[in-house]
Amino acid sequence: MNSTGNSGRALPWALVTPALGWTLLFFVLPFVAMGFSSLTSHENGGFTLANYSQFFSNPSYWQAMVNSLQVTAIVTVVSVLLAYPFAWILAEQVPERWQRLALMLAVLPFWTSYVVRSYSWLLVLAQNGVINRALTGSGLISEPLQLANTRLATVTGFVHFFVMLLTLTIFANLKQLSPSYRKAAADLGAGPVRTFLHVILPLTLPGIMVGAFLTFVLCIGDYITPQILGGNNELLMPQLVMMQIGRRGDFPLASALSIILMAVVTIAYLACARWLKIERA
Amino acid sequence: MSIKSGNPLSVLKRQLHAACAATALLLAAGSLAEAADLNALIWCDHSDPALLQPFEAANNVKVNVKEFEGTGAGLAIVEQSQPGDWDVMVIDSIDVPRGVEKGLFEPLPEDKLPFADLFPQVKMDGSTVVGGKRYGITEKFGYNTIGFNKTKVDPADMQSLASLSSDKYKGKVAIYDYYLPVIGMAALAIGKKTADLGEADLPALKAELLKMKANAKLVGEVTASQTALATGEVDILVGGGEWVTAGLAKENPALDFSIPKEGAVLWSQSLAMFKDSKNKDMALKFIQYIMSPEGQARLATSSCYWGMPSNTKATLTDDQKKVLRFDEQPGFLARAQAYPAPNADLDKKMQDMWTEMLQAK
Repeated sequence: MNSTGNSGRALPWALVTPALGWTLLFFVLPFVAMGFSSLTSHENGGFTLANYSQFFSNPSYWQAMVNSLQVTAIVTVVSVLLAYPFAWILAEQVPERWQRLALMLAVLPFWTSYVVRSYSWLLVLAQNGVINRALTGSGLISEPLQLANTRLATVTGFVHFFVMLLTLTIFANLKQLSPSYRKAAADLGAGPVRTFLHVILPLTLPGIMVGAFLTFVLCIGDYITPQILGGNNELLMPQLVMMQIGRRGDFPLASALSIILMAVVTIAYLACARWLKIERA
Repeated sequence: MSIKSGNPLSVLKRQLHAACAATALLLAAGSLAEAADLNALIWCDHSDPALLQPFEAANNVKVNVKEFEGTGAGLAIVEQSQPGDWDVMVIDSIDVPRGVEKGLFEPLPEDKLPFADLFPQVKMDGSTVVGGKRYGITEKFGYNTIGFNKTKVDPADMQSLASLSSDKYKGKVAIYDYYLPVIGMAALAIGKKTADLGEADLPALKAELLKMKANAKLVGEVTASQTALATGEVDILVGGGEWVTAGLAKENPALDFSIPKEGAVLWSQSLAMFKDSKNKDMALKFIQYIMSPEGQARLATSSCYWGMPSNTKATLTDDQKKVLRFDEQPGFLARAQAYPAPNADLDKKMQDMWTEMLQAK
């Protein structure tokens, strides 16, 4: 009886051990090492809090965080606004037999390299790129617009990627909704708009939040897109982190900046989790 | 024989022997392979097969390369490796002392390298010689100066650094994203010598950098700034030089560079040998090859970027010499100033100033 009880308790631990080991090895230990590094001096290796105080005392560093938050907020909101109707059309308007093909077409951009996609956008947005040529060719503008190497370019590159990600998340959420909700709403006299606003949208909000949080996390930590498309006309946090490593090899400061970035992501996660908890309650 | 074969213990023993023999063979082969390998930490110009293959074929060796950008990143790779993992390293000439301070480099035998054939101004003894011993040899150099499209700008304007911040070229400028050479150019623009820069000069340098930024469309690393100039996104590259224009000369002969009247910043890269290299003879052969007239010509015209060979006897063709403006080098070198070589404290302040410039609207 006892041995059965012990083995019963041991089995879940045995099953969870690989995942725990993986997390410990590839997340907890590197994170502890990074935390330790962030508290050491680049000059002499001694203990210091200077790496953290630099972030708060240097307006350029602080500005990088502000830029990151602004860009991430814009990308998240625009991506949700574009992805929701797209997912809704896919789930509700496209016949079931075509949905698989439509989804495949939606994720087609994921099949190319992230770096290649970013450089492709540079070609599209450049002074001699597709958009400017079309606009000048049609006589709508006389001088090319500066589209590449701007925040707009960074946001465009991000949105292109995250709309697809959010579409998948929201689509899955919409497909899980029972048709009974609509029928019940209609039975109670609600029209399509009212049904959407008061029934469908609230029920899909958790899916939107999860997708938005995923967008937030991936966007705020991304180095490639702002580096290629932003033209370094403003720095975001990942660029600031990389800058500390390039020539000076200042890993302690880079670690401190990374931990601050991670703290912001954690706050966003807690806010998201709290909202979902309240929503469910 | 057949009885032995039938005995399970004998079969096991035989299989064990065979396995041991195979393992020994593999280990031997592995150590042989190791002996025939050369591990090089390099910049992208050294990964060109046209440069490496003649050396590999002549010496029956495989050159394993790992590219890096920035001395900090390169030294971090070394710190995360086992002693002896690396044999040679390409490094900014001004950063050779950083490797020496960490105890990484082996002194180079001057008598076995063609120092007499180098352009005298690029030997960089101030940084490649530490404590009386030479730890680095300059293999390639060039200028951080003004790269431009001569069909889009007035070449006469490109003879002055003041043009970089003039309204005439607003929005037509890109800045190379490396703070040391561009700060050096800002120093030249305000009449300071790069070798004398100190903390007191930072406010004036910052003002000059902000003037350049106000005219700039982008601040880009090597590929981005090169692409911007080549595609016509910008007409001028601050910090550009032969390393941008020479490699593109065939496709885009309109690209050129100038050494303005205020001067230009001399960049140079060195080769160093690791103290813990397990293959010092081959490492020295590699350095000798790179410094040979043939190796120098191949390195100077590498597919990643072109640059001047430090060996005056490099076997470049006439066309290659023309593109690199080989014959004008004595005049260029006379007007060029060295990279700023700040101490760690000033270096940090310069990088922070650069960050401020990047964040400026």
